[in-house]
Amino acid sequence: MMLRWLRSIIGWTEERSGAVAFVAPIMTHRVPRDAKWWYVFGSATLMFFSIQLVSGVLLATLYAPSAADAYQSLIYIDNQVPLGWMLRAIHGWSSNAMVLMVVVHMSQVFLHASFKYPRELTWMVGVLLLFCTLALAFTGQIMRWDQDAYWGLGIGASIVDRVPVIGNTLRGILLGGPYIGGATLSRFFALHVFVLPGITIALVGLHLALILKGGISEMPKPGMVVDPATYRKGYEERVHRTGVPFWPDAAQRDMVFCGLALIVLIGLAAFYGPFGPNGNPDPSNIDANPRPDSAFLWIFAALALLPPQIETFLLLAAPPVIVLFMLAIPLLSNRGERAPTRRPLAVIASLAVAVALVSLTWLGVSSSWSPVMTAWTATPAPVSLVKRLTPLQMQGALVLQYQQCRNCHAIDGAGGERGPDLVDVGSRLSWDQLVRQVQQGGGNMPAYGKTLSSAETVAVVAFLQQCRVDGQPAASIPGALERARTSDLAPVATPSASE
Amino acid sequence: MSEGCAQCQGGCDGEKPSRRGVMFKIGAGLMGVGTVLASVPLAGALVAPGFVRDGDTWVDLGATSDYPEGETRLAKFTLPGSNPNDGETSRTAAWVRSMSGGGFQVFAVNCAHLGCPVKWFQQSRLFMCPCHGGVYYEDGSRASGPPPRGLFEYQSKVENGRLFIAAGRLPGLQEST
Repeated sequence: MMLRWLRSIIGWTEERSGAVAFVAPIMTHRVPRDAKWWYVFGSATLMFFSIQLVSGVLLATLYAPSAADAYQSLIYIDNQVPLGWMLRAIHGWSSNAMVLMVVVHMSQVFLHASFKYPRELTWMVGVLLLFCTLALAFTGQIMRWDQDAYWGLGIGASIVDRVPVIGNTLRGILLGGPYIGGATLSRFFALHVFVLPGITIALVGLHLALILKGGISEMPKPGMVVDPATYRKGYEERVHRTGVPFWPDAAQRDMVFCGLALIVLIGLAAFYGPFGPNGNPDPSNIDANPRPDSAFLWIFAALALLPPQIETFLLLAAPPVIVLFMLAIPLLSNRGERAPTRRPLAVIASLAVAVALVSLTWLGVSSSWSPVMTAWTATPAPVSLVKRLTPLQMQGALVLQYQQCRNCHAIDGAGGERGPDLVDVGSRLSWDQLVRQVQQGGGNMPAYGKTLSSAETVAVVAFLQQCRVDGQPAASIPGALERARTSDLAPVATPSASE
Repeated sequence: MSEGCAQCQGGCDGEKPSRRGVMFKIGAGLMGVGTVLASVPLAGALVAPGFVRDGDTWVDLGATSDYPEGETRLAKFTLPGSNPNDGETSRTAAWVRSMSGGGFQVFAVNCAHLGCPVKWFQQSRLFMCPCHGGVYYEDGSRASGPPPRGLFEYQSKVENGRLFIAAGRLPGLQEST
């Protein structure tokens, strides 16, 4: 009885809408038989995007998109709303997962050269989707409206400000005013929940339509070249002869992978919880130590490591060049071999990009260029180094500590990493070189000549000179000691090895 | 105007093709004018914040006696021009250097590299940035690291024993001296 009802309802609807007739051929379109596990990452990306849409709408029912209330509303969601913390955790982890899957999917498509004829447009839309995903991730980090969000915006504003002539105007348009405040959050809220998701949904639809039109690419085989003149006919013949219907033959693998990925996602979210918020967004709190989310750590690292002379040029020129180049890849090469074994340059380029991104991300995590602001009080000199020191050397150890040298210089691994570890500096630099380095700085070290008295300089150099690995002599330049003796910065505890 | 008749092969009700052509042109024209009229205020609202130029007002940072000579201290203040919707972000800070022998230098807390908050260290007389390791001397000049210049300095004045700075905008490369 029920079944008959159901059937008649479906029949009634179908007769008027044609929904089944529209969807069925899409679901059962034929795909290559060998399209196996390599092809699951796009589906996984789409699944995580769907999770983002659902969890995002739910978060929007709780979040207060106002600079005055946003931070507190997150604290409220985390601690008061039933399962609110889980909602934020799922949204945050799924965001990372989506970025990861987009990158993996794109790498696979690039390595298998699936962007070649007739799928050039599919790739280009995919490139736009990559940048939509990254834009969603960045604007999502702003929604947290914590210290990281505030100073992250500050970094973004400073980059925009470097655009010649119109930089300041662009900055005002970006921030919604002359400073980071309520208007800024509202702008980024509108971007994050209306503009970017809308564009992304439209582009995903286009991406899928293009996939249906062009067909799923076959696994690349060496010697099987793409020739636009004959490709389409050959592909359709092969896929008709040996292909399988997408539903259920190919979709089952997507389901296995997506199901597993979803379970892992929920596990990560439940176990590790939500990201942030990290400190209320009070710009007058100068103890902030802003760090971007994981997807942007590589940019954070690059910004520290770019040579200052060309930094502005690279900051402004690189993004458009990268976007245009990625869009143009299928135009530069849309025919020929697809197999990675026949495209060594593509494989090497992918590896180089992967190594660069992973290394920069790792450097971003350790951020060795940042001074450790608390090292001078929190990290004492190791006992082994200050045992049996002369009073002068002991005084030097104190100067080293109080002058915040440890914020940038580790001793035996403890302290900042901006400058070299000082545990063996006495075997690397002679007395003269140490004096010069302390007084004049250089090599990315500030000059202490105006800050330290001659007595303090002599003390700190006396301490540094005895910082040596066991058995190694003090560094020296022949004759230098004789010259130095005549100045008021003459060595006090002269090393015997150089006499 | 033969192309206009493609849709009405099932029987046009006598309307002349030429009138359709005129109607189409009028319609396109009206839509064009309407679109322009609508775009100007809509796009204008989007980009208007970029053209706000006079953001700076004199802000009272307190009595000059609050800043001992030879020291550099953090002054916190509320941005003039901010509104209740800004919440905590209307607060900001500046480093006030009271120079030996008189005079003040007031620096933005924002690093000249990419705007992170720099911190003052009294003993080594250095400002250090936590983001990319920019370091500045006590007079605001660049000491090391990636910053392309010294710290941004606010315009300041002393009136009736009180220190004022001209503030209201996020300091940046194209904003400050």
